[in-house]
Amino acid sequence: MGEFKVHRVRFFNYVPSGIRCVAYNNQSNRLAVSRTDGTVEIYNLSANYFQEKFFPGHESRATEALCWAAGQRLFSAGLNGEIIEYDLQALNVKYAMDAFGGPIWSMTASPSGSQLLVGCEDGSVKLFQITPDKIQFERNFDRQKSRILSLSWHPSGTHIAAGSIDYISVFDVKSGSTIHKMIVDRQYMGVSKRKCIVWGVAFLSDGTVISVDSAGKVQFWDSATGTLVKSHLIANADVQSIAVADQEDSFVVGTAEGTIFHFQLLPVTSNSNEKQWVRTKPFQHHTHDVRTVAHSPTALISGGTDTHLVIRPLMEKVEVKNYDAALRKITFPHRRLISCSKKRQLLLFQFTHHLELWRLGSTVATGKNGDTLPLSKNADHLLHLKTKGPENIICSSISPCGNWIAYSTASRFFLCRLNYEHDNISLKRVSKMPAFLRSALQILFSEDSTKLFVASNQGSLHIVQLLEGSFKHLHAFQPLSGTVEAMCLLAVSPDGSWLAASGTSAGVRVYNVKQLKLHCTVPAYNFPVTALAIAPDTNNLVIAHSDQQVFEYSIPDKQYTEWSRTVQKQGFHHLWLQRDTPITHISFHPKRPMHILLHDAYMFCIIDKSLVSSSLLPPESSLESL
Amino acid sequence: MAALEEEFTLSSVVLGAGPDGLLGVEHSDKTDQFLVTDSGRTVILYKLSDQKTLGSWSVKQGQIITCPAVCNFQTGEYIVVHDNKVLRIWNSEDVNLDKVFKATLSAEVYRIHSIQGTEPLVLFKEGAVRGLEALLAEPQQKIETVISNEEVIKMYCMFLIIFFHGNYFAYVQTFHSRVLSKYTLLLGQEEKVVIQSFTASVDRKFISLMSLSSDGCIHETLIPIRPTDPEKNQRVVRSLLLKAVVSGNARNGVALTVLDQDHVAVLGSPLPASKECISIWNIKFQTLQISKELPQGTSGQLWYYGENLFMLHGKFLTVIPYKCEVSSLAGALGKLKHSQDPGTHVTPHFVNWETSQGCGLGCQNSEQSRRILRRRKVEVNLQPEVPPSKQLLLTIKKDSEKHIEVELRKFLAMKQTPDFHAIIGDIVTGLLERCKAEPSFCPRNCLIQLIQTHVLSYSLCPGLMEVALQKTDVQLLQLCLQQFPDIPESVTCACLKLFLSIGDDCLQETDVNMESVSDYSGTAQDEKMEEQTKILQNGFNPKEDNCSNCDQELNEKPQDTTKETISCPVIPKRAALLNAILHSAYSETFLLPHLKDIPAQHITLFLQYLYFLYLKCSENATMTLPGIHPPTLNQIMDWICLLLDANFTVVVMIPEAKRLLINLYKFVKSQISVYSELNKIEVSFRELQKLNQEKNNRGLYSIEVLELF
Repeated sequence: MGEFKVHRVRFFNYVPSGIRCVAYNNQSNRLAVSRTDGTVEIYNLSANYFQEKFFPGHESRATEALCWAAGQRLFSAGLNGEIIEYDLQALNVKYAMDAFGGPIWSMTASPSGSQLLVGCEDGSVKLFQITPDKIQFERNFDRQKSRILSLSWHPSGTHIAAGSIDYISVFDVKSGSTIHKMIVDRQYMGVSKRKCIVWGVAFLSDGTVISVDSAGKVQFWDSATGTLVKSHLIANADVQSIAVADQEDSFVVGTAEGTIFHFQLLPVTSNSNEKQWVRTKPFQHHTHDVRTVAHSPTALISGGTDTHLVIRPLMEKVEVKNYDAALRKITFPHRRLISCSKKRQLLLFQFTHHLELWRLGSTVATGKNGDTLPLSKNADHLLHLKTKGPENIICSSISPCGNWIAYSTASRFFLCRLNYEHDNISLKRVSKMPAFLRSALQILFSEDSTKLFVASNQGSLHIVQLLEGSFKHLHAFQPLSGTVEAMCLLAVSPDGSWLAASGTSAGVRVYNVKQLKLHCTVPAYNFPVTALAIAPDTNNLVIAHSDQQVFEYSIPDKQYTEWSRTVQKQGFHHLWLQRDTPITHISFHPKRPMHILLHDAYMFCIIDKSLVSSSLLPPESSLESL
Repeated sequence: MAALEEEFTLSSVVLGAGPDGLLGVEHSDKTDQFLVTDSGRTVILYKLSDQKTLGSWSVKQGQIITCPAVCNFQTGEYIVVHDNKVLRIWNSEDVNLDKVFKATLSAEVYRIHSIQGTEPLVLFKEGAVRGLEALLAEPQQKIETVISNEEVIKMYCMFLIIFFHGNYFAYVQTFHSRVLSKYTLLLGQEEKVVIQSFTASVDRKFISLMSLSSDGCIHETLIPIRPTDPEKNQRVVRSLLLKAVVSGNARNGVALTVLDQDHVAVLGSPLPASKECISIWNIKFQTLQISKELPQGTSGQLWYYGENLFMLHGKFLTVIPYKCEVSSLAGALGKLKHSQDPGTHVTPHFVNWETSQGCGLGCQNSEQSRRILRRRKVEVNLQPEVPPSKQLLLTIKKDSEKHIEVELRKFLAMKQTPDFHAIIGDIVTGLLERCKAEPSFCPRNCLIQLIQTHVLSYSLCPGLMEVALQKTDVQLLQLCLQQFPDIPESVTCACLKLFLSIGDDCLQETDVNMESVSDYSGTAQDEKMEEQTKILQNGFNPKEDNCSNCDQELNEKPQDTTKETISCPVIPKRAALLNAILHSAYSETFLLPHLKDIPAQHITLFLQYLYFLYLKCSENATMTLPGIHPPTLNQIMDWICLLLDANFTVVVMIPEAKRLLINLYKFVKSQISVYSELNKIEVSFRELQKLNQEKNNRGLYSIEVLELF
C-alpha cells in the first residue's frame, strides 16, 4: 500500500459549546439541540443520529427554550426577549419577534401544537397563536411576582403549570387566571436556602404536576387541590431538567451533579392495579450540569454544560438488540471544520468566532512504520482572523494554492487574499461583495484555485472567477423550481469540469461547470449524505451516507459504477455498518486509483476497490481522533 | 406459584361409584352448586361452600344413567339421559325422576354439552350434534351418522375425538357454522404410545388440544378454529410440552386438565410404585408447581370448575381448591418435585446423575432422562442382548471381587458413550450397595479405577466417601477430594478429622499421592526420616510422639523460632492428605460449624502445619510453594483464618497453642510492616511510570511514519 508521513495535529483546540436545550420531535424522530452560543443543531435519530442541519449562533441570542410546534416547525426563545422561528428548508432564521416581556426563560407549545406559551423575566406568561407563516400575540395570563422558569401544558390543553421562584402556579387557559399557587419548600437538608428555583415542571393528564427544583427535590403535586403528594430528594445540587414520556409511564430528570435519574410508574406489587412513581435507574454520563433532558419513546436524551449529547436507549423499550441499543455520545459537529492548502501545506481551522491558519512542519528524516520523526521545522501559527460582528462563522475554506481564504457568517460573506513574502504574510480583504453573496452554507475552491463555488442558503449555487485581487461572478445555478432546499455539501472534480452538490434530503446534483448547466441528478437515497468527493481521472463521484453506505457514481456515464453495484449486491461488512460516527471526508490516493480514503471523527480508513470480491472487511488501520 | 389448598370430601354418603368412577361433575346454574352423576342411578346436587347435598334424584331400578346430568343454563332445568336414549328434564323442585318430562330419542346419546349462554347441545354416539330445542320439538327425528363404524368417541370438549384403528382423529364442529372438519392427529414415531387423557382449551384462533400419553408425556396439538378446507382430512402434528409427568404403566387411569394458559393439573402416579398424586405443572417453565398425594387411590377422573378440582379419592368425591398465580421463573424453579422427600427423588428437569442411578439399579424409574430413554431404545433396536453396562451391573451383584475387576477393566476400555458418567455412577452405586450388604466385600481397586475416570462427583455416588471414611481408606478419600467438585463441607471436615487423627504408622502403609508435597518438605523430609527411624527405634506411639515433640519444641526452645520454621510438624503423607483438604472447595458458613468439632490437639497440629506452609511460602518472592500442585497462599491464609475463627476460645485456652499463636502473630506483624514498606515503594514506582508515559507523549504536533499493508 505504501508509506505515509502522518502529521499528527493536536493543536486544533476546538471546544464545542455547552448544550442548553434539547427538543425531541416524535413525528419526524428528529432532535433539536441548542447550545449556549446560540447554535441550533438538528439530529436525525432515524438516520444513524446524523447532525443533518444547523443554524449558526449569535452572540446576543442565548437560547433558553426550544420547542417544536405545529408539526415540524421549530421555535426558540432566549434572553434577548425574542421568539425565533427557523426555516428548516433554507436553513436560516425565518423571523424573530419580540415578546415584550424581558428575557424569555421558558417556552412550550400547546398539546395541539397551535399555540405557543412563553414565560418571561417580568413574571408574565404570554400566549401566542401560531399562524401558518408567523406567530401572533394573543393575551397575557395573570402576572406573577417573579420570572417564569418553566412551563408545562396539561395534555388536554385546559391548564398550565408554571414554575417560578419559590412557587408553582396553575393557570386556567380559558380565563388566564391562577387557580393554585403551590409553595415549594425552601428547606434544603434542614438549612433554609435563600430561594428555591423551580427549574422544571411537567403536567400529567391525571392532574399531577411534577416539579424539579434547586433544592434537589423531585416533587409530585395534586393540581386539583394544590397539595404536595410526594417528594423525592435526589441530589445535593439543583435538579435542572425534566422530561416525561408520551405514555406518561416514565420520566427523566437531570441534575447539576451530571446524573440523570429515570423514574417509572410501576405497580406497587405484581398484579396490582395501584401504581406509583419509583426512581429506577441513575445514569452518570455527564461530568457537569445536565441542563436539559428529553424522553423519546425508546431513549433518554440528555445534554449539558460538558457539551456531550448523550442518547441512552432504554433496554426494555428496544425490541431488537442491535447497534441502536448502544449508548451514543455525540460531542463534535458532524461537519468539516478544517480545510487544507495542499500546495503550501497550510491548515485553516474554523472556530465559532475566529479562524486560525497554521503551516505544517517538516522533516528530512525517514523511518519505519510507527516511528516518530524528528522535526526539522515545527508547525507555525500564521494567522488569527477574528470575525466582525456577533454572528458565528458558518463555513470557511482556504484555496489549494493558499492565496485565498473565504468564510461566511449568517449575514456576510468574506473573501481575503493572502500574500506571502518570505516569512511575512499580508492579508487583504476583497471588498464590495455582491448582494447575492450575503451568506453561504458551504464554500469550495476549485483545484487550480481559479474558481470559487458558494452554496447560498437560498438554494442557489454561485460560481465566482477569482482574479488577482478581484473577482468576477460567472454564473448562478438556481434551485429547481419549487424547492428551496439549501445545499450543504459541495465537491468539485480535480479537472474543474464537474461540480456536485447535495442538500439534506434530495439527491446529489451534478453540474457541468464548463457548459454551466445541470448534468444529472444522482437518485435520492433514504439517508442523508455526509460526504462527497469526485475522483481524479475517472470523474467518479463517491458519496457517503449516514448509514455508512458508500456509493460510487460515474458522472460521465450517469450511472453507478460496476464496483458500486457489486458492493450493494454483496453488502458491506457488518462491522463497518455498525459504526456510529458519520464519514466526514472522502479523498483519493494520488497514485492508486483503486483506493478511496475515508475518515470520521475517530477513524481513518481505506477502501480498496480491488478487494471487493471478498465482502468488505473492516478497515485495516485506523488513526486516533484529533 | 400454584398452590393446592386443604382438601375436603363432598359427600357423607358413599357414592355408588364403580370401578369406572363417576360419570361426571357438572356446574349448575347457581355458583358453587354442582351436579354429580355417579355411574349407577343417582344424580346429586351439591352446594360447595356449605359442603352439603341440596338434592338427590335416582332413576328406577333397572334403568341406568348413561350420560352425566347437566344444567340447562337458559332455563335452569337439569337434563339427564338414561338407558342411552331416554332424556329426562326436571328442575330442583321435582322429587321423582319418573314423573318428570321424558323424551325418547331415536339414537344413542353420548353427551349433552351445556355452557352458559347457549342452549344445550346433544352429541350422539354416531357423532351428530343437535340443539336441545330442535331435538325436543321432534324427538324421533332421524339422526345421521357422522363417524364411521370403527370409530369410537373417546372424549369430547366442544368437539370430538375419535379412536379408530390406532389413529386418533379430531372432529371440530363450530356452533354457529355447523361445519364439521376432521383432523388426523399424528403421533410421531412412538407407535405403541396410547393417549390416555385429553383436554382442550380455546383461545382466539386455535384450539389447543393437550394429550397425556401412556409414556407420561404431555403433548400439545394446535387445531385452527376456522378450518382452511373443511372437506379435506387435515393432519395436525403435536409438539411435546412436558415429559415424564406420570408413570407410564399406571394401574389406574390418568387425567389431565388445563387450568389456565400456563398451568395444567395432572392426576396420576409419578412413579410406578408410588401413590397417585394430583399435581399442578407450569407448562411455560416446565416445572412442577405443587403436588399432593392421594393415598386412597382415584378413579383417574378429574374435573375442574372455577378454582376447584374435583376427583374421586377413595370412595369419596374430593374437592381441592387451588390457586394459580402468574409464575416468575425464580418462583417456578423454586419447588422441586418431591419436596417432602428430597433425599430419594429429584425432579427430572435437573437432568442429572441421580435419575439414572435409579435405572442402574434396575428399577424402572419413570423419571428417566430423555437421553437414557433414547439410548435404551437404540440399544434395544441394534443389539437385542443386554448392554455391557447392564452385564457389568449383574456381575457386580454376584461375582467375586477379582472377576468384577477384570470386567470393569474391559468395560472401561470400551468406547465412551455420551452417558458414560451416568453408567459409572450406576456402577459405583452397585458396588457400594454390595459393600453395605456384605461387609467382607471391598472392591478398592475397582473404586480407585472408577474415580480415576474423572467423571464421578460426590452427588453421583454419595455413599462412596462415607464408606471410605468408615474404612479409614485415606487413599480413596484423597482421590475423592482431588476429583470431586461438590463435596459437602461436613464430609470435608470428617475427612480432615480423620487425616489429623489417623496414626502415623497407619499412614506409612498407605499409598498416598505425594505430588503436592514432593519438594517443599525436602528439607524437612530428612529430619522426618530421622524422626521416623527414631519412632521405630523407640517404639513410641507415633501420635503421642508427634505431640510431645511439638510440646518439647515449644517448651524447650521457645526462643529458637528459626529452627521451628524449617521442620514440618507432620509427616509428608499426612501433609499430602491435608493439602488435598486445602484444595477442596468450601463455603465458609457451612464449614465453620463442623470445624468446631475437631479436638483441640488436632486444631493445634493443623495450625502448626499451616503456619509451616505459610513460612515456606514467604521464603520466595512469588509466594508460592514448590511442587506440582501445591496449596496456594490464599488457601493457606483462608484456612488459618477459618480455624482461628471456629476455635477461637479453644486456641486461646490451651497452653500448647500459645507459643504457636505468638509466633504466628509475630510473623504476620512483620509481614504487615514489610507490605506497608512495599506500599510506599509502589507509590514511588507509580510516579516514575507516570513520568515515563509523559515522555512518550509526543506533544501537540508530530510527524509519524505509517505503512499500510
